[in-house]
Amino acid sequence: MQQSKVGLDFEKVEHARGVARKIADQVQDFVGNYTTVAVERTICRLLGIDGIDANEVPLPNVVVDELKSKGLLGQGVCFFMGNAVLETGKSPQEIAEAITAGKLDITKLPVHKMEDIRKALQPYIDANVARIRARRQRREHYIETIGEGSKPYLYIIVATGNIYEDVVQAQAGARQGADIIAVIRTTGQSLLDYVPYGATTEGFGGTFATQENFRIMRKALDEVGEEVGRYIRLCNYCSGLCMPEIAAMGALEGLDVMLNDALYGILFRDINMQRTLIDQYFSRIINGFAGVVINTGEDNYLTTADAFEEAHTVLASDFINEQLALLAGLPEEQQGLGHAFEMDPMLENGFLYELAQAQMLREIFPKAPLKYMPPTKFMTGNIFRGHIQDALFNIIGQWTHQGLQLLGMPTEAIHTPFMSDRYLSIENAKYIFNNMKDIGEEVEFKENGIIRNRAKKVLDDATKLLEAMESEGLFTALEKGIFADVKRPKNGGKGLDGVSLKAENYFNPFVEIMKGKK
Amino acid sequence: MSEGLYSMEAKDYDKTLDLTKIKPYGDTMNDGKVQLSFTLPVPAGAEAEEAAKQLLKKMGFENPLVVYQKELTEGFCFMNCYGSLTHTVDYTNIHVPKVESTTMDMHECDDFIREHVGRKIVCVGASTGTDAHTVGIDAIMNMKGYAGHYGLERYDMIDAYNLGSQVPNEDFIAKGIELHADALLVSQTVTQKDVHIKNMTELVEMLEAEGLRDKMILICGGPRISHELAKELGYDAGFGANTYADDVASYVAQEMVKRGVQNVGL
Repeated sequence: MQQSKVGLDFEKVEHARGVARKIADQVQDFVGNYTTVAVERTICRLLGIDGIDANEVPLPNVVVDELKSKGLLGQGVCFFMGNAVLETGKSPQEIAEAITAGKLDITKLPVHKMEDIRKALQPYIDANVARIRARRQRREHYIETIGEGSKPYLYIIVATGNIYEDVVQAQAGARQGADIIAVIRTTGQSLLDYVPYGATTEGFGGTFATQENFRIMRKALDEVGEEVGRYIRLCNYCSGLCMPEIAAMGALEGLDVMLNDALYGILFRDINMQRTLIDQYFSRIINGFAGVVINTGEDNYLTTADAFEEAHTVLASDFINEQLALLAGLPEEQQGLGHAFEMDPMLENGFLYELAQAQMLREIFPKAPLKYMPPTKFMTGNIFRGHIQDALFNIIGQWTHQGLQLLGMPTEAIHTPFMSDRYLSIENAKYIFNNMKDIGEEVEFKENGIIRNRAKKVLDDATKLLEAMESEGLFTALEKGIFADVKRPKNGGKGLDGVSLKAENYFNPFVEIMKGKK
Repeated sequence: MSEGLYSMEAKDYDKTLDLTKIKPYGDTMNDGKVQLSFTLPVPAGAEAEEAAKQLLKKMGFENPLVVYQKELTEGFCFMNCYGSLTHTVDYTNIHVPKVESTTMDMHECDDFIREHVGRKIVCVGASTGTDAHTVGIDAIMNMKGYAGHYGLERYDMIDAYNLGSQVPNEDFIAKGIELHADALLVSQTVTQKDVHIKNMTELVEMLEAEGLRDKMILICGGPRISHELAKELGYDAGFGANTYADDVASYVAQEMVKRGVQNVGL
C-alpha cells in the first residue's frame, strides 16, 4: 500500500473511485447508442476527406449535412461512404467533392453487402491510422533522442490571433524554458459547428484552431526543440462543438496535449450535455490512440464557485473524468486531470489548504500528469503581488510533483501576455523549481494538523457528493448546479439537434481500431 | 549605470507640492521618479541601452537609467529603467465624468428600493457578443459576489437574471423584453482589436432602432471600461475595475428614482 504524506485512507479513495465508476457507466450506457454530426465529420476526416467548397464550407460538413438533411445521420457516414466507394470506384475525397458539386447523391445508390462496404473503406482507414501511429512514434523518437524537460512541465500560452506571430512568441518561450506551448483559440470557436480551414492571421483573444495552423506550429516547435535540445509539446483545445474533429486533426498533425472535457463545455459554454458527452467519448478514444495527454477543466469551477468551500467538487469531478477517460481507453498516464490554486490570497493559511489539496490529488491520481492552474480570479492588476501569488503557486507545483504547471502571468486580467511577461513567469518558476527541488521528499505533515485535516475533509466531502450523484446520475447533477454553481438543463444548450440515435446500418470502425490501443 | 544612485548632491528643484504642477513621486517631492519596463526589438548590449535612454529622453525623462537588460530571444531585449519626468500636469484643472450616485451597501440599497421604488427592480445581465468570459458578470450578479461584495442575486429588492456568456445582442434584447427589464447590464472582458466597442455600439443601435433605448437603464462594465467610454458609446453608466455589485445596484436604484419609476421598464 502506498504511503500517504497527508494521511489519506486509500480504502476510502478506492471506494470513491468505485462510485465514480458507476456514475461513468451510466453515462456510457447512454453514449453508446448515439452519434452526432461532429462524430460523423470526424469519421470523414479519418477517411481522408479535407478541404472546403466554394462557400468555404468544410467538405466533412457538406457530407454530414447532406445525410442529416435527409434524416439519415443515424445510419452513419461509413455505411453510405463505403457503399459509394464500392459503387463508384472513387475515393472518399472524390466522392465528397462530387457531393458538393451536386453530381452525386450517395443516399440513392444501390446498396451492397455490409461485408463488402466495410472492406471498401479499409485502405482509407489504414492510411490515416498509419499516419497517426507514425506521428506518435515520431514524438516518442524525439523524446528518446533529444529528450524533454523535467516535470512539472512549464506550460505557457500564446494568443496573438495570427499563427505566424504565435510562432515567434512560441519559439521565444521555448528558448526561455517552456516545455508546452498552448495556442489559445479565438473567442467563440468552441461554439462553431465546423472547423475553419487554412492558415489564419485574425482572431480575438486567440488564434483559430485549424489543421494548417497545427501544422505550422508543429513545424516551428520541432525546429526550436532541436535547437534547445528538448522536445516541445504543442497544446490545443478539443472542446466545444467540434471536439472529436479537432482530436482527429491533432492526432494527424502531432499535437501532444489537448484540453478535452465535456463538463467544461456544458458548464462554461452552455453546450448541450448529451451532445458533448457523446462527442467526448470518441475524442478521447482518438486522443488515447494518438498518445495525446488530455487536460480536464475542473480548475475553472473555482473561478465561479468558492475555492475553499467547493474544493471537493473538483475532486469529485476528477474522479468522474478519470473513469470516463478509462472507458474510452485513455490510460491514466495521459490524464491531465485539472485543479487550481484559486483561494482568496487574503485567506489565513490559504497556502496550507492549497498545499494539502495538491498533495492529496497527487496521491489519489499517482500516474496522472496533473494539470495545475495558477491564480486568475484574484489577479487584480497589481502585477507585483500577482507575481508573488504565482510564486506561491509554483512552490506547491514543485513540492507536490504536479505534471503540467500552467504558468501564471503577473499581467493576468490586463492583457494577453507580452513576450517579457512570459520571460518573468518562466524565470519565477525555474528559480523555484531548482531552489526547492526536493522539498517534497524532505517535509512530512504532522498528525492532526491543518494540512492532513484539510485533505481528509475534501476527500470525505467529495465521496459524499459522489454517493449522492450515484442514484440520480451525472445529467441530473448538472441540472442541479452541483459543479461551479452553474445549472444546465439536459435538453438545453447548444448542439442538441446534431445528436442522432444509431440506426441499423451504423458502424464506426475507428472505435475498434483505436480504443485502448497504440 | 550609477548616475543618480545614492547621490549626495543637493537637489536643485523646488520640493514643495504645487497641485498645479504635479509630477511622479519617488522618495522626494517633485523628484519625478518613474520606473518602466519594456522590450526593444534589438539584441542586448550597449546599443540597446543607449536606444532605451534616447527613448526615455524623448518621453520627457531626465537622467535615464537602464538598470537591467536581458535578451529574451534572439533580437529582443527586455529592460528595466528609471528616469525623472520633466512633464507636469495641473491637478486643479482635472474633470473626470463619474457615475453620479452614492454607493450604499446591500441592506441600505434594499431599504432605499423599498421606500423609493416600491417594487423589485429587474436587472438582466450578460457577457454579450462572442465574449466567452463570465467572470465579470458573475462577480456583479452571482449570489456570492466578489471580494466581499454580495452580488445582485442576493438583493431582496432586485430580480437578477444572469444570461451567461456569448449572448447575441438580439437574444439579449428579446430576453430583456420578456423579463420586463428595468436595467440591462453588459459585461465585456475581451477587448482585443476593440471588438467590445463594435459589439457595445451594435446593442445601442439595435435598442434605438426598436425605440427601446430610453425605456431602460443601460449599463456596461469590464476591466477596460470607463464611465467616460460608456457615455461616449451611448450607455447611461460604465463600471470599470474596482467597482462592485453595490456600486451598480446603488446607481440603478437612484437613477430609477431620478427618472421617475413609472418611466422605466420594458
